[in-house]
Amino acid sequence: MAMVVAREWREIPGRYNLIGTKCGCCGRIFFPSRAFCPDCRRASIGKMEEFPLNRRGRIYSYTVIHGSEGFNARMTPYAVAMVLNDDGVMLEAQLVDVDLSKIEIGMRVRAVLRKLDEDGDAGVIHYGFKFVPDE
Amino acid sequence: MNTGIVSYGAYVPRYRIKPDEIGRVWGVDGAAMGKGLMISQKSVPSPDEDTVTIAVAAARDMMDRVPGVDPKDVGAVYVGSESHPYAVKPTSSIVAEAIGATPAMTAADLEFACKAGTAGLQACLGLVGSGMIRYGVAIGADTSQGAPGDALEYSAAAGGAAYLIGKEGVIAEINKTLSFTTDTPDFWRREGMMYPVHGGRFSGQPAYFRHITSAAKMMLEAMGTKPEDYNHAVFHQPNGKFPTRVAKQLGFAPEQISRGLLTPQIGNCYSGAVPLGLAHVLDAAQPGERIFVVSYGSGAGSDAFDITVTDAMKDYRRGNAPMLDSLLADPLYIDYAIYAKYKDIIKMPEE
Repeated sequence: MAMVVAREWREIPGRYNLIGTKCGCCGRIFFPSRAFCPDCRRASIGKMEEFPLNRRGRIYSYTVIHGSEGFNARMTPYAVAMVLNDDGVMLEAQLVDVDLSKIEIGMRVRAVLRKLDEDGDAGVIHYGFKFVPDE
Repeated sequence: MNTGIVSYGAYVPRYRIKPDEIGRVWGVDGAAMGKGLMISQKSVPSPDEDTVTIAVAAARDMMDRVPGVDPKDVGAVYVGSESHPYAVKPTSSIVAEAIGATPAMTAADLEFACKAGTAGLQACLGLVGSGMIRYGVAIGADTSQGAPGDALEYSAAAGGAAYLIGKEGVIAEINKTLSFTTDTPDFWRREGMMYPVHGGRFSGQPAYFRHITSAAKMMLEAMGTKPEDYNHAVFHQPNGKFPTRVAKQLGFAPEQISRGLLTPQIGNCYSGAVPLGLAHVLDAAQPGERIFVVSYGSGAGSDAFDITVTDAMKDYRRGNAPMLDSLLADPLYIDYAIYAKYKDIIKMPEE
């Protein structure tokens, strides 16, 4: 998942703080953020507002990954979940600090900041959101 | 208006390993080792956790407890640690970004072995007290290193706590702080080395005990107080044994240190140790309670604090983030093989 540093830097607001955008015309929320609403099209220009998403939500679906390379090899086996957040936006990320046999659809989770990857021993460390159980 | 703690947050990773499991690998009576150190288990960070993620977790809880504070009013973020993920590139700027405090602010990483977190508290007290900034954030966090098989491996743990320092809505006033610092090489890690080296018994009497007792006595003299004037005392806790002994030497009773002594449950969180102990005290603190705090960092120095919990604690939204007892309640235990994988001790094929 090696990322160019400039791209990594551009995506920081979304990956650290779940900053998306909301269309000022129809109210649809986008994550990752978009500069343009595909429904309202030209009418949305200049009306897209920054929207910090709620860090809490429920598991919509999940899977367990058994084989991975690089940084994530040390994480295996690990879960990846689709999470419907409390704003109704679907997010996808790893689900960590959880007993894999106890994951259930509908389970409450919240987003925390974790290491996503690192570009070898000398490269940049990529941080971003993952989900943990929200007791 | 007096300067003090406006909010705080704490974080400890969920994984634990026990001393007998570590001892099993090295052919040592680990249970006896744990008993001698007064450590029943230690926290272990997940492979995706480091000082940055621990500091962010603590800082976000800290901000969640003061919804009325605009993160843009934070004028400084200092993170003290001996395990900053980068040698060059600050932890503190990542934390500041993650709590929304950037960009009109200052930030820096601090290092003074296990007392860099309390050094950050002092820096924030100075900046807030002088009126240079409105709020400052001081964090002590570590993913402590201890060489495999070394005595430190039984204690080196991970965790941290964050403090918001200001003059408005102060829940715990810091009446005074002072330090005692000398050049005492009792523990160090050279640039590029994976594990620290310690002076064995030399890290006891001339290092830990001399610095803590000296700073503590200076504080008691400056404030005109006696140990019995304090409800709680928090001392640096590399294990359970040292703080218990230093408390006795200074005349503090076991019940005064019990609330602030977390190392027996989670291990030694280095720069996070005293900040976590103080957070556990604050989790149950009532207005009027007085807290005595002395940190210790090898190399060597101690920072002492005299703290009084204020009436503002009644309205403080402590429940907006989990208390330490609930964070520590449901650990996931791992064996040494998983521990070795998590700590990146296993040599993996080249990518």
